[in-house]
Amino acid sequence: MVEVKNLTKCYGDIKAIDNISFSVEAGEVLGFLGPNGAGKSTTMNIITGYLSSTSGTVTIGGKDILDDPKGAKSQIGYLPEIPPLYVDMTVEKYLEFVFELKKVRLPKKEHILDVMKQVKIDHVAQRLIKNLSKGYKQRVGFAQALIGNPPVLILDEPTVGLDPKQIIEIRNLIKSLGKKHTVILSSHVLSEISATCDRIVVIANGKLVADAKTDELSAAIEGERKLLVEVQGSQSDIINAIKAVDGVINVKKSRDTGANSAEYLVEYDFGADVRKDLFFALAGASCPILGMKNSQKTLEEAFLMLTTGDTSALMGGKK
Amino acid sequence: MTAILKRELGSFFHSAIGYIVLAVFYAFAGLFFYLYCLYSNSASLTNVFGNMFLVILFVVPIITMKSFSEERKQKTEQALLTSPASIFQIVMGKFLGAFVMYCICIAIFLVFALVICFFTTPQWSVVLGNFVGVLLLGGALIAIDIFISSLTESQVISAVVGVAAGLVIYMLDSLASLVTVDFIKTIISSISFLPHYTNFTNGIFNLADIVFFASVVGIFLFLTVRVFEKKRWS
Repeated sequence: MVEVKNLTKCYGDIKAIDNISFSVEAGEVLGFLGPNGAGKSTTMNIITGYLSSTSGTVTIGGKDILDDPKGAKSQIGYLPEIPPLYVDMTVEKYLEFVFELKKVRLPKKEHILDVMKQVKIDHVAQRLIKNLSKGYKQRVGFAQALIGNPPVLILDEPTVGLDPKQIIEIRNLIKSLGKKHTVILSSHVLSEISATCDRIVVIANGKLVADAKTDELSAAIEGERKLLVEVQGSQSDIINAIKAVDGVINVKKSRDTGANSAEYLVEYDFGADVRKDLFFALAGASCPILGMKNSQKTLEEAFLMLTTGDTSALMGGKK
Repeated sequence: MTAILKRELGSFFHSAIGYIVLAVFYAFAGLFFYLYCLYSNSASLTNVFGNMFLVILFVVPIITMKSFSEERKQKTEQALLTSPASIFQIVMGKFLGAFVMYCICIAIFLVFALVICFFTTPQWSVVLGNFVGVLLLGGALIAIDIFISSLTESQVISAVVGVAAGLVIYMLDSLASLVTVDFIKTIISSISFLPHYTNFTNGIFNLADIVFFASVVGIFLFLTVRVFEKKRWS
């Protein structure tokens, strides 16, 4: 549905985005993840035809954004980072304007009412946009993107600045939209992306660093489970006892915590839970466990790892 | 294009700006009409139109100052530029919005002509000539000021530069007389608006004058489109 090929954008000598390629299938919800300034908005602005690329192509439903901008743009609903609202208009008048601007051929009144109901702003239809709260403004921005039922929705950080309740509402809205539309969603908050998206594309410093299904990415992270155990006793006894436990792959001492105690990092298989066996094994060797905690990587850590450069471990799925 | 035109007009009258512009314009037009027609018992509107030239120079930048500047500042241009409408249609919609607003301003002259009808038969060719002249002059200034508005996101800069550009255009004739080099003199006086406008105020329809103003409109709308094209590519 959306195909991005070798996209590069230079501002003078600075490469804002560098040779990015990915594609989105119809009906897929793609999460576009990266820290602030990674090039997310630039990429989205190029996909929607607001900016042009230095090189590379973007096609929407088979139509090139540069060769057939009309055909391509009419298939996109775009919610930019700052919703493009004319604050001196009422919600309804504004949506009527967008309706006419997009040259939509649907029954006007019904369609606008439909969209307003979908994002739950029908009760503020007659209010001036400048008097609405941020959450409502964001929803009007959403409504603006939905006018004309475009097959592709591009949402640039749609939940920024909303309160937790509104965030959950918007997430549910995105999920429900994902059934009918192809959605590209950008965010720098990982939990948001993992909650709503089928696939995640991570970019950092303008480069694509990961492209994987959401569960593949989590599996890649969970694939290397680690346990941090603090044990008292001699080092060789402890290491031998731990190694004898089923499911343990590797063990090494990470640091001393006292005269006769130390912390050990235990790597074990995905799916196995070695904590109980570890306890009995070490008890058998009369080496008391002083503490034990999971050092499993969270998605946030994975995200940091990806965006700061060490990517080798996580290139799960397709490259 | 019609969507943008409608929104532009709506934005003038949803805020005070439309009414203030109309009030100021009508007040000055009324003043000149009183001075040159009613008070001095003249049926000729030529002096009224001649004096309105300066008022128009100030009013047009006020009408156009938020045209693109405001869109850029509020980031609403993103909605326009990512819509299926082409850049030319967007620029044209903006131009026509300001132009219709301007037409509402100068409609007052038709009222004046009707007032004169009560006393005597006005010279319709002169009235019509004046009216077409004002229309074309306004169109040209609007195109120039829309172009200026597309270059900045500050309404104030847009208005100030617009007025300055208008005044320079107004003074081109006097500037030309200061220049001693012949060919520069010819260039300056040939791009001056005043002689073309004066022809109309005397009731003279000259195709060259019409083409002159139409070209100014065309050139500056084209330049405005280029501004947006360039911005996309930079």
